[in-house]
Amino acid sequence: MITLTHYLVLSALLFTIGLAGIMTRRNVILILLCVELMFNAANLAFVAFAKSLGDPSGQVIVFFVITVAAAEVTVGLAIAILMARRLSTLNADEVSLLKW
Amino acid sequence: MVTGFPVALAAWTLLLAPLAAAAGIPLLGLHRKRLSASLAIGGLLVPFACACWLLLHTLQGSLHLPLEVKVSWLLLPDLAIPFGVLIDPLSLLMSLIVTGVGSAIFIYSTGYMAHDSGYSRYFTMLSLFAFSMLTIVLANNWLELFIGWELVGFCSYALIGHWFEKPQAADAGKKAFLVNRVADFGFMLGILALWAHSSPLAAERTLNYQLLQTRLPSLLQSGWLSHETLVLTGLLIFCGVLGKSAQMPLHVWLPDAMEGPTPVSALIHAATMVAAGVYMLCRNFWLFQGAPAVLETIAWVGGATAFFSAALAVVEPDLKRILAYSTLSQLGYMVMAVGLGGHVAGMYHLTTHAFFKALLFLAAGSVIHGTRRQNIRELGGLRRSMPWTSATFFIGALALCGFPALSGFFSKDEILVLAHEHNALLYWIGSVTAGLTAFYATRAWCVAFLGQAPEHLHAHESPPVMLIPLVLLSVLSIVGGYLGIPAFLGEPAGAFHWDVAATSLAAIATGAGLAWLIYRRKAIAAEAIARRCAWLHRLLVNRYFFDDVYTWYVEQVQQRLIAGACALFERFIIIGLAVNGLAWLTQLAGRAIRRVQTGRVQGYVLGFCCGIIALLYLAGRF
Repeated sequence: MITLTHYLVLSALLFTIGLAGIMTRRNVILILLCVELMFNAANLAFVAFAKSLGDPSGQVIVFFVITVAAAEVTVGLAIAILMARRLSTLNADEVSLLKW
Repeated sequence: MVTGFPVALAAWTLLLAPLAAAAGIPLLGLHRKRLSASLAIGGLLVPFACACWLLLHTLQGSLHLPLEVKVSWLLLPDLAIPFGVLIDPLSLLMSLIVTGVGSAIFIYSTGYMAHDSGYSRYFTMLSLFAFSMLTIVLANNWLELFIGWELVGFCSYALIGHWFEKPQAADAGKKAFLVNRVADFGFMLGILALWAHSSPLAAERTLNYQLLQTRLPSLLQSGWLSHETLVLTGLLIFCGVLGKSAQMPLHVWLPDAMEGPTPVSALIHAATMVAAGVYMLCRNFWLFQGAPAVLETIAWVGGATAFFSAALAVVEPDLKRILAYSTLSQLGYMVMAVGLGGHVAGMYHLTTHAFFKALLFLAAGSVIHGTRRQNIRELGGLRRSMPWTSATFFIGALALCGFPALSGFFSKDEILVLAHEHNALLYWIGSVTAGLTAFYATRAWCVAFLGQAPEHLHAHESPPVMLIPLVLLSVLSIVGGYLGIPAFLGEPAGAFHWDVAATSLAAIATGAGLAWLIYRRKAIAAEAIARRCAWLHRLLVNRYFFDDVYTWYVEQVQQRLIAGACALFERFIIIGLAVNGLAWLTQLAGRAIRRVQTGRVQGYVLGFCCGIIALLYLAGRF
C-alpha cells in the first residue's frame, strides 16, 4: 500500500537532490535541470495532497506550475544560449557581469 | 394663487439662465459677436422677466414669501447640504436689481465693446458674473453663498484684467483677487465656526439660513453657542464684507479695479460684487443682531470708510476713480446703516445707489468712449458736444449728492435719521460726508462738463445703444425714492425728519457751493488751498499711504523676512539634511551591503534557502 507519506518522502528526496545539484553544479544547463527537478518535486507533493484530501485544487495548481516552469525554461535556456554565444562558456562562476 | 411647478421653474430659471448663457457663448459663439451678445443679454432678460413675474404675484398677494425650492446636492455622512433657491422680499428685490441694472449694462456693453477683440470672452465672463451674483442673492445656505462669493471674486479678476496685455490691468485684477482672498479666509473661518456651533449633535449641523435663524435663540440659551463665539463668528464673517464690499482697510483693490472696461466697473459697483457684502449683512442680519459689539464695529468701519474715501475723491483727477471713491463712500453709508441696526435702510440705499452709480459709470464710459480721455483736467465743455451723456450724468450726480426729490435723497436721509437716533458722532460724520459728496460731484461736473473745451478734444456723442440704458437708468434714479422699497422689505419708511433733512441739505449746499466757487467761478484757487494744507494734500494724494504700507509689508516683511527664512530652511534643512543627507546615507549603506554580491550563483541559492528555512521556522513559532 502506497500512502501519502511515501509520496511525500519521494517528493522531499527529489527536492533535496535538485537543491544539492544547484548548489554543487557549475554548468548552467545542469542548474536549469535541477530547478526542473525541484518543480516536479513540488508538483508531486501537490497531486499527492490533492488525491489524499479529495480536493482538486491541488491538481489545478500543478497545471499552473507546469506553465510557469515552461516559461522559466524558455527564459533560462535563452540566457544559456546567449552565454554560449557571447561569452563562449556555460560556467556560472565565470559570468559575473552584474556584480558590483 | 400660484404654487408648485411654475414657481419652482421661475426660481430655477432666475438662477440658472445666466449660467446657461455663460456656457453657451464659448460653445457656440466664440467668433460670432452678435450671437454671443444676444445670448448674454437674453440670459439676463429671461431671469429679469422671471423676477418681475414673481414680484407681480407677490404684490397681488397670490404668492406667499418666503419660498424655498431645493434639490439634494452634497450628501456626506453627517453633512447634507441641499442646493436651493430662497426667495423672500429681500432676495427678490436684489435679484431685480442684478438682472435689471445688469441688463442695462449688458446692452450698453454691446456699444462700448463693439471693436474689442475679446468680445465673446467679455460676454462670457459677464454672464458668469451675473450667475455668481445671483447665486449669492438666491442662496439658501452659507455654502452656496460662499461658492457664489468666490465665483464673483474670480469673475471680477477676469473682467478687471480683461485687457490683460496692459500690465496695470493684469496687476489690478491680481490685486482684487488677492485682497479678496485675504478677506475670504476670515469669511470661511466664520462659516466653519457657525457650522460647528449650529447644533450639539454632529448629524444635525446645518448651514441653512432659515434653520439657523430659528435655532439661534435656543443655541444661545443652551450655552452651546457662547456669546463670545457669536461675536467672534460675526467679526470673521464681517471680514468677508471688508474685502467684497471694499471697506477700510481692505478697500485698496476697488480704485485699481478702474483698469477694467467701464461697463465692468458699472457692474461691479452697482449690481454685483461690492453689493454682495452689504446684501450678505442684510440677509443675515439676525446673526449680527445678537451681538451688539459686532454691530458697533460694523457701524464704525462703515462710517470711517464713508468719510475717508469721500475725502480721497476730492483730490482725484481721474473721472472713473472719483466715482470709485464715491462708491467706497456710499458703501460706507450702507455698512454703517446695517451697523446701526437698519438693514432695511442699508438695502434701500443699496438699491438707489445701484441705479445712480450704474448711471454715473455708464455716463463716464460714454465720455471715455467719445473722447478717449478720462482725466477731468483734460476734459471740459462736454455739455455742448455730448448733450445726452451730460444730462444723464447730471441727474446721476444730483441723485448721488442727495438732491431733494431724487432717489439718493430719500435713502441717504433714512440712514442719517438712523444715525441721528443712535449715534451722534456717526451722524455728524455722515452729514459731513454728504457735504464732501456734493463737493466732489460738483467738482467733476464743473471741470469735465462745463467751461471751455480744451484744444484737440474731439468729443462726439455715443451711439443710441449706449444712450438708451443711460436714459432708463436716469428715470430709475429719479423715481427710485417713490417705489416704496422699504415697505416692500417690511419696514415702512419712518416719519420725515425736518431737522435731519435740513442739516444734510445745508451740508450739501455748502459742499456744492464751495466747489462751484473754486472750480467754476475760480474765486478761490485750488492750488492755494493745496499749498496751505500741504500735509493734508499729500496725505490725500497718496491715499493715506495704504498702498505704500501694504507694499512695504509685502516687500520687506513677507518677501525678505518670511520668504528669506523659508529659503534658508529649504536650503539647509530640506535640501541639505533631508535630500542630500538621505542620498549620502543610501550611498554608504550600498557601499557596505554590496559586498554580499559575490557573483556566485550557488552562494545566492544558499542564502535563499537559509532565508526560506528561517521564514518557515518563524512561521512555525507564531
